[in-house]
Amino acid sequence: MKSEKQQFGKSPKIAKVFIYLALALLAITILVPVAWVFVASIKENSEFYRSPWTIPQGFHYQNFVDAWQTANMGEYMLNSVLVTALALVLLIVIALPAAYVLARFKYKSKALWNTLFMAGLFINVNYIVVPIFLMLNNGDIFLRKTFDKPFFLNNLFILALVYAATALPFTVYLLSGYFKSLARDYEEAAYVDGAGYFYTMVRVIIPMAKPSVVTVILFNFLAFWNEYIISMTLLTKPELKTLPVGLMNLMAAQKSAVQYGQMYAGLVIVMLPTLILYMCVQKKLTQGMTLGGLKG
Amino acid sequence: MAGGQCPSAILKYGDEEMKKKRRSGFIIACTAPAIILFIIFMIVPTIDVFRMSLYKWGGYTAEKTFVGLENFQKLAKNPKFFQAFQNSVLLIVIVTLVTFALALIFAAILSREKIKGQNFFRVVFYIPNILSVVVISAIFSAIYDPNQGLLNSFLQLFRGGKDPILWLGSPKIVIYSVVITMVWQAIGYYMVMYMASMANVPESLYESASLEGAGRIKQFFSITLPLVWTNIRTTLTFFIISTINMSFTIVKAMTSGGPDGASNVFLSYMYQEAYTNSSYGYGMAIGVTVFIFSFALAGILNAVTKRDEIEF
Repeated sequence: MKSEKQQFGKSPKIAKVFIYLALALLAITILVPVAWVFVASIKENSEFYRSPWTIPQGFHYQNFVDAWQTANMGEYMLNSVLVTALALVLLIVIALPAAYVLARFKYKSKALWNTLFMAGLFINVNYIVVPIFLMLNNGDIFLRKTFDKPFFLNNLFILALVYAATALPFTVYLLSGYFKSLARDYEEAAYVDGAGYFYTMVRVIIPMAKPSVVTVILFNFLAFWNEYIISMTLLTKPELKTLPVGLMNLMAAQKSAVQYGQMYAGLVIVMLPTLILYMCVQKKLTQGMTLGGLKG
Repeated sequence: MAGGQCPSAILKYGDEEMKKKRRSGFIIACTAPAIILFIIFMIVPTIDVFRMSLYKWGGYTAEKTFVGLENFQKLAKNPKFFQAFQNSVLLIVIVTLVTFALALIFAAILSREKIKGQNFFRVVFYIPNILSVVVISAIFSAIYDPNQGLLNSFLQLFRGGKDPILWLGSPKIVIYSVVITMVWQAIGYYMVMYMASMANVPESLYESASLEGAGRIKQFFSITLPLVWTNIRTTLTFFIISTINMSFTIVKAMTSGGPDGASNVFLSYMYQEAYTNSSYGYGMAIGVTVFIFSFALAGILNAVTKRDEIEF
């Protein structure tokens, strides 16, 4: 007891050993499986019948070529990039003005919309994915009857629109939280100088919100890139699949055709972009998470 | 209405009117796209979930018959739903308790102890949170593989060459395999959350406690825990909601509810009925039940964990 008092701010040696042991154990359980996937992605198929802990015999990059071409991961990558980029652009263009007006203008129906968007935070997309599918499907049935051409399902643009829509409540909540914290003076000064509403918003207010916008983009990039339930439900044509859904196909195919190497290469292709992004912006990401509060 | 004042007053009035119009035009232009999109893709489908749960509707036909609460009655008698219910509750309880305890301990360690490589550990522990659920499922399928899996080949060192454990193939074990995956996924997220609120606890409290002879563990229970309690309460609600959602996405990608429905959870059972089997009405009844259940549970938990807030 006495020694503890003297060593202010330090734990006894044995406790320290246990602490490091616990930390190392958790770090290993997280890093080893991830690293193992990278190692497995350069193994030849025959190597998978031995112990999984063996070191690869060579750099079998053919796995990546196969995954990219034979398993169509290249095509899926393009779809994913398109959908993610489009959804992010839509989200920002739609959410920024809405959040700004909802935070800083006084008008009659404002409270209603604010409450509605808040309620939207509790609507999880997993519950409503089937009704969304049915709605789009009904639209297609109608279009097929009248124009002989379906439009809503199997459409990357519609998928991006759904992504943007389902991300709206959280984004509006986060951005309007920032806009509320700004002083009134900015707008008043701009109005005195004769600037219009639109000019003030685009030239004065939005540039100040850049850090919040970056946080929004980071989180939603990860969410859109990794999403698979909506994508799987709304895109049924094989050539339109996004990366995670394509990966699920590879997982299923691997079970029957034993294409281990190809599947692990596919895994690497899916997770590498997010890992690289994370390495670059990890501070911002973990800070942003606590700044924006929780996201379920 | 004396002659000279009239035109300028009208002009002024018209100016005001113009300004007002411009202002409301701006408000509408800015909010309309967000509101329209939000209503079409979130509000309408949510209302649809509740509405459709009262109908009998299957397949791609437009035939719907109003059946009232019949779907819910069917649901209450269905052993498959009972299985999914059991699994979900088990996951909510175990995943919450284990993740909560581990995240809290590691957060306390990383924010209170002087650790070499502190930043490294924080960065590593958060990695699972940025991976796609499909990636996580694929990684754990590789870990759980009965013959070439990492786990069984590791356990062979201790168990010898006995029959391999079927982590995802045995109906009794599979749900615990899902537990491990979910805890692995969630620890880092909640740890970072708790670390952030622990950083707000003033250092002076620890200094005086330590001068009074309180050890690290005593400090944790009498200072850290009470002061981050508000934050913990919020995360408990989120544990329920996110366990229900994450268990769906993980189960769907990793086991598809198999073997034979043994790992089905609330929403995977809903998806299976509503999308794969096209029993829309019945599926939506499951959704409504789960929705109400999760809110009730969150409300109860919120009431039970209520303590007086401690200011610092």
